[in-house]
Amino acid sequence: MGIEGIGARVLRKEDKRFITGKGRYTDDHKVAGMHYAAFVRSPHAHAKIKKINIKDASKMSGVVGIFNGKELTGDGIGNIICGWMIHSKDGSPMNMGAWSALATEYVRYVGDAVAVVIAETQAEATAAAEAVDVDYKVLKAVINPEEAMADKAPQLHPEAANNIIYDWEIGEEAATDAAIAGAANVVEMEIHNNRLVPNPMEPRSALAQYDAAEDHFTLHTTSQNPHVARLVLSAFYQVAPENKLRVIAPDVGGGFGSKIYIYPEEIVCLWAAKKAGVEAVKWTSDRSEAFLTDAHGRDHVSKATMGFDENNKIVGFKVDTIANLGAYMSLFSSSVPTYLYATLLSGQYNIQNIHCNVRTVYTNTAPVDAYRGAGRPEATYLVERMMETAARQLGVDPAELRRANFVTEFPHQTPVIMCYDAGDYGASMDAAMEAVDYAGFEKRRKKSAKKGMLRGIGMSCYIEACGIAPSAAVGSLGAGVGLWESAEVRVNPVGTVEILTGSHSHGQGHETTFGQLVSDRFGLPSENIQVVHGDTDKVQFGMGTYGSRSGAVGMSAIEKALDKVEAKAKKIAAHMLEASEGDIEIKDGEVSVKGTDKKLLWHEVCLGAYTGHNLPEGMEPGLKEGAFYDPTNFTFPAGCYICEVEVDPNTGTTTIEKFVAADDFGKIINPMIVEGQVHGGLAQGIGQALMENAVYDESGQLLSASYMDYTMPRADDLPSFDVSTTETACPGNPLGIKGCGEAGAIGSPPAVINAITNAIGHNNLSMPASPQNVWAAIKAGE
Amino acid sequence: MAKVEITVNGRATSAEVEDRTLLVDYLRENRNLTGTHVGCDTSQCGACVVHVDGKAVKSCTMLAVQASGSDVQTIEGLAGDDQLHPMQEAFRNNHGLQCGFCTPGMIMTAVDMVNRLGPKLDEKTIRAELEGNICRCTGYHNIVKSIAEGAKQMGKGMKKAAE
Amino acid sequence: MYETSYSRAKDASDAAKKMRAADDGKFLAGGMTLLPTMKQRLAAPSDLIDVTQIKDIDDINVTRKEVTIGAGATHAAVASHAKLMKVCPSICSLASHIGDPAVRHRGTIGGSIANNDPAADYPAAMIALDATIVTNKRKIRAEKFFTGMFETALKDDEMIKAVTFTAPKSGAYAKFPNPASRYAMAGVFVADHGKKDIRVGVTGASSDGVYRANDMEKAMGGKLSSEALDGCEVDEGAMLSDIHGSAAYRANLVKVMAKRAVDAAAG
Repeated sequence: MGIEGIGARVLRKEDKRFITGKGRYTDDHKVAGMHYAAFVRSPHAHAKIKKINIKDASKMSGVVGIFNGKELTGDGIGNIICGWMIHSKDGSPMNMGAWSALATEYVRYVGDAVAVVIAETQAEATAAAEAVDVDYKVLKAVINPEEAMADKAPQLHPEAANNIIYDWEIGEEAATDAAIAGAANVVEMEIHNNRLVPNPMEPRSALAQYDAAEDHFTLHTTSQNPHVARLVLSAFYQVAPENKLRVIAPDVGGGFGSKIYIYPEEIVCLWAAKKAGVEAVKWTSDRSEAFLTDAHGRDHVSKATMGFDENNKIVGFKVDTIANLGAYMSLFSSSVPTYLYATLLSGQYNIQNIHCNVRTVYTNTAPVDAYRGAGRPEATYLVERMMETAARQLGVDPAELRRANFVTEFPHQTPVIMCYDAGDYGASMDAAMEAVDYAGFEKRRKKSAKKGMLRGIGMSCYIEACGIAPSAAVGSLGAGVGLWESAEVRVNPVGTVEILTGSHSHGQGHETTFGQLVSDRFGLPSENIQVVHGDTDKVQFGMGTYGSRSGAVGMSAIEKALDKVEAKAKKIAAHMLEASEGDIEIKDGEVSVKGTDKKLLWHEVCLGAYTGHNLPEGMEPGLKEGAFYDPTNFTFPAGCYICEVEVDPNTGTTTIEKFVAADDFGKIINPMIVEGQVHGGLAQGIGQALMENAVYDESGQLLSASYMDYTMPRADDLPSFDVSTTETACPGNPLGIKGCGEAGAIGSPPAVINAITNAIGHNNLSMPASPQNVWAAIKAGE
Repeated sequence: MAKVEITVNGRATSAEVEDRTLLVDYLRENRNLTGTHVGCDTSQCGACVVHVDGKAVKSCTMLAVQASGSDVQTIEGLAGDDQLHPMQEAFRNNHGLQCGFCTPGMIMTAVDMVNRLGPKLDEKTIRAELEGNICRCTGYHNIVKSIAEGAKQMGKGMKKAAE
Repeated sequence: MYETSYSRAKDASDAAKKMRAADDGKFLAGGMTLLPTMKQRLAAPSDLIDVTQIKDIDDINVTRKEVTIGAGATHAAVASHAKLMKVCPSICSLASHIGDPAVRHRGTIGGSIANNDPAADYPAAMIALDATIVTNKRKIRAEKFFTGMFETALKDDEMIKAVTFTAPKSGAYAKFPNPASRYAMAGVFVADHGKKDIRVGVTGASSDGVYRANDMEKAMGGKLSSEALDGCEVDEGAMLSDIHGSAAYRANLVKVMAKRAVDAAAG
């Protein structure tokens, strides 16, 4: 390990423990007095709970307690809330139904928790949960959001008439209608965005400890944002006040959004530990439970109309979207199909008139919330399928149609809130087209045709907004929290450095990249730097990791704290060296006076800060600084993805022959990690496009409830990827970072589908483009 | 209850366990070897892969009693005293992991792959051989690279040992 | 998993004896289907009688064209058996594509056949190879052995000891895997036994489980020809239908896989 700063491909510090089996995930923790929880879950999508009979179950071996929703609410545990208020276009607030961590009167999706059993062993808890006899009156369920809005549809919540949570709009409808009415050409499509299950490989887990003597709780949990978990567990769910609750998110095995939310199980484990009078309660989801109860993603259906003038410039874009939010409103669910979605409908294009209407609907399915990309993949998929279809309809090259409509001057204010700060979309497109050998496609197509295969090429130019987010701005849009980040830099007397961050790493490599900032600034070797995260007792506060915010927001906070540390260290050094503060330089672990040979070693200055023997007058001893960073704007990563496929017309099987990604992420701290983020995002996006699909039957049973039926991308489903970056610096934050975590998942689905529709010769294809669906589309087109 | 006697990472172990105890639970709960993970309940994800008598198996789909009398190697037993196994090194050098959850199973599968097929592995073979290991973070790109390089390094080691 | 009681059988008669003594026993071989089913609490045998330790149960014997594969032979063992590869490479190839490497290290031919999962690969091969299933009680021809989805001719205390068959002149298996589970959504084994005797076994697709495609055999009239199958209509009404494949799609796959298998067998 050496001194490797910003821009270096530094190998990951955290890997040592993971490759040797020493990672410590929540379920790996064992504590004295640990008991196990098993949940009694509804087998019905919609039912009234008539009676819960625990007589037999409570007598079973090892059982120490069986609790239900009425006991939970009776103890004052609050309902689970959605933290982002959206108002309908008529000004009324969204219609949020009550969600109790354990159902009290009704169950509303298969997997809804009805009761919990606490027992001495996992096997005993599971056996007793099975023996709890719940008498249900089964009600008619509704799965399809369009049907849910109908007058005679089953009603899920009394608060939401016709199951409509809100009916929201953005942009100018009349102007958009007029622009489209006057257009030379109009393209129309109905576009579905399939429902996905996030599937981080580590299933959710919670270990709740209760110290009766101190009336204090500790929760180990699989969270992307432990401080937010503590905040809502305290302020809204009334489990315990914040000073009596420590939340630790240790090693977390992937999240992709699904571990942002505070789920019923975490609340129940904390409450039940105290209620049952035991020291600790652990619950670990199995994969089947995960499929049923983890928040799902996407699930939109939209009608879109785009108008073009005679020069093929877009004059208006109108979208009507219905978004399925499932049975309850999860923590960020309301923001995903609104401010994280419709604000990106301008894509990379200069469009003067945009209008989008969004209705969100309750159905008897698992709650739907943010999943990698959250809203932005839905927007990109719409815009980029429209552009490809338009190009074919207008008879122009898809690349040229896009190029003709690119935003080229910055800043650029779109009609849907966002103000793009910087970018060069043509540069990404050029890079991608060259990498894929766009010009040579026709030759390759002919070669495939000789083998009886259909070859296609498809493009996607995405833009996303991340670096979430300016607090005042999101506050004005309904967010219940601020979305700044905090950091603390602690320099020890021996010169080693600890970075405490409110960001949370669950695969992103923060322990490495965050340390690179310190290496870069002071010239310290990485083994002298430690990143501390994921523990509310250690880190003062933080908003966690999602929305590609850890670079642009989390690192900016560290950068700000480092500014303060550097300034103080220079003051101390100037005093010790009897020089002027402005002449002090810190480099390669040395603190020197410019133009002289006077210098101190870094640790000598640090020690000086702590001995306090020779500090400037009035200065406090110590070298530790904190900072809160609140971004001034979103950041706007963008890029161009091109996919080339071969389709077997006999079976409908699609093989990805080439996938090229050219991204602009602004400044890059560690290219190795950035490439890894893109690879993973691409796999998820390609997974959505080709295979992943959460399917409920009419009665509300999840048909794709395990890896037997939910198609996870495997190694042989994917090619190696060709990824590259171009750079326009982001003016909005001190490091110039845009963010890279979600781009792959956002940009890739339309590239894949555009390639397949190109191959099969028509545009009528929905995700997932499974072999069966592609085969059927080919048949339909014949 | 059954008495099981299993050599784990070279050390003789024994315990009285329920007959239904899975090998993975024996390793995680009885032996506190939590590097072997459980990522699914349908024997597909491969996070639980260990070697039983030198062959990769899914420890979530084997009873501890079935393994009684066998030699079991887990991720914790792969490295030497102060040296990583070449496959572990290769995963680190090629950024073949992100969240780390699937990694132990991936590495155990990779080592088994090389043991069976030798050190020269092309991309297609590696991808096909990974059918039973699911990763959600990396898109497999760097895992494939890691295994190819790890295999090469293992080959050098084998050659050296043979000399 | 519910509680169960595990024991190891010393030999076939010990296994049968243990089975008779059990309330609701199950023979345990590789356990690749049984154990996941038990983990999901969908099966709850009182006893598991492990037959994998029986002497010679995993032997593979090839004498000229005569093949005997012990019930305990793992998929990995079948896939890599040098002598078998020489006389009947198609069965080795089939075995090498069952599940994943770790599954192939544990799963056995006997377990696969006894379970007769409608999406399992081996049953199609047994039908096409006109194999004989040897149990502790009798010998059963494959066509009589598989009696419907998850159903076989096996009696409660009857265990498979081996399968035997004569290696065909040529053969091939073509499988279209379910994208999620990777089990066969349509798998067709074609074996040319010479003397105008071609047999076609189909798995994965039919709602009755594995079947012999008599119409395809007839259409070829004893000569391996994929064009000869062009006129064959696979009955959609007999096909399974689920989220991965409608009956129409499966019917199409059966034909496409049959043609691929025939082409491969014809070399």
